[in-house]
Amino acid sequence: MSLRNAAYIAGAFEHPTRLAPDKTTPQLHAECAAGALADAGLSLADVDGYFCATDAPGFGPISMVDYLGLKVRHTDSTEMGGCTYIQHVAHAAEAIAAGKCKVALITLAGRPRSENVMRFRPGAPESAFEQWVGLTNHTSYGMCAVRHMHEFGTTSEQLAWIKVAASHHAQHNEHAMLPKVVSVEDVLESPMIADPLHRLDCCVTTDGGGALIVVAPEIAKTLNRPMIALRGAGEATKGPSGGLGLDLTVSAAARSGPAAFAEAGVTPADIKYASIYDSFTITVLIQLEDLGFCAKGEGGKFVADGNLISGTGKLPFNTDGGGLCNNHPMFRGGITKVIEAVRQLRGEAHPAVQVPNCDLAVATGIGGSLGARHGAATVILERQS
Amino acid sequence: MSDRKLPAPQPNVETQEFWDAASNGVLKIKRCGDCNQAHYYPRAICPHCGSANTAWIETAGSGEIYSVSVMRRGEGAPFAVAYITLDEGPAMMTNIVADDLDGLAIGQRVELVFTPTEDGAPPVPMFTPRGG
Repeated sequence: MSLRNAAYIAGAFEHPTRLAPDKTTPQLHAECAAGALADAGLSLADVDGYFCATDAPGFGPISMVDYLGLKVRHTDSTEMGGCTYIQHVAHAAEAIAAGKCKVALITLAGRPRSENVMRFRPGAPESAFEQWVGLTNHTSYGMCAVRHMHEFGTTSEQLAWIKVAASHHAQHNEHAMLPKVVSVEDVLESPMIADPLHRLDCCVTTDGGGALIVVAPEIAKTLNRPMIALRGAGEATKGPSGGLGLDLTVSAAARSGPAAFAEAGVTPADIKYASIYDSFTITVLIQLEDLGFCAKGEGGKFVADGNLISGTGKLPFNTDGGGLCNNHPMFRGGITKVIEAVRQLRGEAHPAVQVPNCDLAVATGIGGSLGARHGAATVILERQS
Repeated sequence: MSDRKLPAPQPNVETQEFWDAASNGVLKIKRCGDCNQAHYYPRAICPHCGSANTAWIETAGSGEIYSVSVMRRGEGAPFAVAYITLDEGPAMMTNIVADDLDGLAIGQRVELVFTPTEDGAPPVPMFTPRGG
């Protein structure tokens, strides 16, 4: 069974808030659900499948289905860190193809700026061996960047270009947390957080969320919305696996990406727009290589000199400003990657960053910790007439 | 070395021998009797081949830096997080203790140094530049 054309993204909504002291996390989920349903022209009563992950408070779908007032016949709480919601699009298509639901709602929301959020996951088998190391995402991704620089000569200036490109896009986004255009020098002069990653190599932390509506083909045809098909999907996980063959320059996207392209029957050269998970600048660079936009080790040259800037570069990426400048709600950038890809495919991105004739896009992400253990999910999306 | 407060590791039945050895200044990892490959962190079942025929081995406590990143901000900073490729094969995530964190580099030889955690709890295996 292939997922090609098995399902369509009919609704997409990014919550405009970046700081929500006056709302609860479930409330944000509900507002996102309402926004995506309105976008699709559907209502809560139409939803028969619900997808959430550990950002959903309480007992996953058991709490949230009841809170939202849904009546569903299918739930899925697959957890893969920040890229989960990209994976949920594919899992929703699987469920739709299997006849388990026809209208799937995916929500993400959280308030890491407004409340102390427990991020450590107790009881993991590696905990006793890694908790005392004091690993945070900064040093985890920092080690990947150091190794990439060592093996391939990648530079901090090249990494900085990724932030620069994101900032060029964010200036047009009225909701972006960091709407100011920055230069390579600005990035390099920002404080060092964890070698070699500066503050401006890191994504923002935001309250907020988003939601997606994934529907069966026969439902999509009845809605007065552009037809955005899932054309291919892939997922993978990767870790130190006992410590042999450790390679921090390659992510799980080296398997999720090719799987998605193979299912879609297209190549990176066919892609008009790319949403690339950008928790850090190095996250983008490694995924671009792993998806095949350039050879392994060539990412630094690929991203330099504005090559990711819409209108001037060869590969427009994260035209909403991405996690680096716009939004990274609940430390998770997966859903916003899909949402901006949908905007591009519909022709609804900001005119200053809209890619002409954008009919094929990729959204890819990393979840967990790139330098320790992580997951990856990739979807290829196509606008059909 | 920063004054970073280290959480006490929590041994369990699968890893008790590792922490008992640590208390005696020895870094033990596991090797599989079937595929003959070592692994870290230690498991009852070999992650390379799935065999339950795993046994503890003492390491020489030496290796080289695979990658390293120095945390510059926040509690206990600066401190170095690294992967060390042990001479026995597996890479392990750990900290490097050194006066000159800026001088740490990939390929540098390092040796084991145990660092205390909380009273009565096992120490944790860190590394320091050889001769440093």
